[in-house]
Amino acid sequence: MWSELIGRADYWLSATLFLIGLYGMLVHPNLVKKLMAMNIMQVAVIVFYITVAFKSNATPPISIDNEYSPTAREYINPLPHTLMLTAIVVSISTTGVALSLIIRIHRRYSTLNEIELIAKLRQ
Amino acid sequence: MTAHFPILIVIVPMIAALFIPLLCCLSVRLSRFLVLVSLTLDVYIAARLLELALSVGETRYHLAGWQPPWGIEIVIDPLSGMMGTLITIVALLVAFYSSPYLTNKTSVMHQGIFYSLYLLLVTGLLGIVITGDLFNLYVFLEISSIAAYALLSLGGSRAKVATFRYLIVGTIAGSFYLLGVGYLYAITGTLNMTDLATRINTVIDSPVLVVSVAFIVIGLAIKSALFPLHAWLPDAYTYATGPVVGFVAAVMAKVSAYALFRILYFIFGGSGIASDALKLLGWASAVAIVASSLLALVQKDAQRMLAYSSIGQMGYIIMGFALGTSLALTGAILHILNHAVMKGCLFLAVNSVQWQTGVFRIRDYVGMGHRLPLTMSAFMISALSVIGLPPTAGFFSKYYLMLGAVHAENWLFIAVLIISSLLSAVYFFRLLEKAYLFKTDKKRQEAPVAMLVPVLTLAACVLLMGIFSQTIVTHIVVATLPH
Repeated sequence: MWSELIGRADYWLSATLFLIGLYGMLVHPNLVKKLMAMNIMQVAVIVFYITVAFKSNATPPISIDNEYSPTAREYINPLPHTLMLTAIVVSISTTGVALSLIIRIHRRYSTLNEIELIAKLRQ
Repeated sequence: MTAHFPILIVIVPMIAALFIPLLCCLSVRLSRFLVLVSLTLDVYIAARLLELALSVGETRYHLAGWQPPWGIEIVIDPLSGMMGTLITIVALLVAFYSSPYLTNKTSVMHQGIFYSLYLLLVTGLLGIVITGDLFNLYVFLEISSIAAYALLSLGGSRAKVATFRYLIVGTIAGSFYLLGVGYLYAITGTLNMTDLATRINTVIDSPVLVVSVAFIVIGLAIKSALFPLHAWLPDAYTYATGPVVGFVAAVMAKVSAYALFRILYFIFGGSGIASDALKLLGWASAVAIVASSLLALVQKDAQRMLAYSSIGQMGYIIMGFALGTSLALTGAILHILNHAVMKGCLFLAVNSVQWQTGVFRIRDYVGMGHRLPLTMSAFMISALSVIGLPPTAGFFSKYYLMLGAVHAENWLFIAVLIISSLLSAVYFFRLLEKAYLFKTDKKRQEAPVAMLVPVLTLAACVLLMGIFSQTIVTHIVVATLPH
């Protein structure tokens, strides 16, 4: 049981991060903290992909001295890393849109607390 | 040129979206012309692709010449061709509709940004429909979502709060989907849908597959606003501006439902773990249909009533997928088409009324049939279609769904379909009664031509798609079903 826990520590890390993020987004009343939790959750997915790609005793897929080595076993899978570059871009754009919304909300209602916000919306 | 049509369908609106904010500083008329030209071109491309897919068979296009499964592949089969045609036609009509909204109030720069975002939304939705790669689907899903967040927030201050919530929920959905795809990639080593469909059999007993399907289904169910996961939708739709909500309500949730269908039926073959997921979705959709019809009944705001009605109609589509018989699937696919047209028409008509008279509450609709006769007659045709009266389009998709439920001997779903039809009759007649049976002394104030033409076109489509539904089913819908 312990080897399951320790041997897969990186997977546990990403799962924990994901849950922290999800919990923060659902529970925290402050919109900025919701946004931060959202970023944590997105990072958790990125960590997961990078973990999937990892292999021990392997190198990045770069050929040194133009030597071509046909064995995939010696290389770390580069695809998840490139996919995550795209995911990072997505995460940045979402954060940008969210921040601009937060600014507009704060200008109009001068609060970012969701409970107060709902009370003001009801009026 | 024709060989590159599969990628051009995405490239054309994307390039136009990049140039329009610049062009807008030069001339607003010119940029609006470019929007209409690029969307008309897209309609032509989509129609050609659909025609090719129906006559010759599916087109496969390899991006940058990389062979699948390593490169990204674009697959145009009849289903994606049909969805592409639907999206581009609705997009063109709504672009036409949006011009009065933009001319009076907004600054030149804002108009450019509006059109740019609008075309990016179209790009994202078309991308989801044509791609044959799971990660590429995520990227397009997020492109369309981010453009939709920006567009939906264009209403008043309340729209900003509603959109922020949608953004949070939508990002959770996106992350769930991405995580699910990650699990699938970890066990199969491929992201290409066709490749995945063959490799899935080797890992069919893996518990990882269950987790991955669960994440993907929940993610896409949030995006398509299936009932317990629908909370973002009513607020986001209610406070958004007319053209935006008209387009988003008509096609956006349907595209997520399409993605769900594509993954569960074309990759997992609708069996094994996918059939368990579909069973669960079926029950959720039954609850969705009844609950959202009841909620629509008590709304005071016309647009909010339509939003709840949309949630129920999404339930119909998912229910068809869940039943899984070929008749039920025919009904579901036909309902994607019909509902996009009729709900687009309803939202645009309601927004025309609000634009002309400032009325948005149902109780203030008194005599609206006299004040905006053409707009309200279009509204009535679409409302009858949602209720499901022949010869409107809505009747036929419900008929196929009903037949599918009878063949599957699922009596509870039949009861749900009948009850929800009755409930939708009640909530629409609440509004129609106010509009037609009460007299008013206010004079006639029909909507401007630019708004009237798309609304009437969509209403005519509702009637035509009803009358020619047999042709649509035998020539298009049957070809889209998985074999």
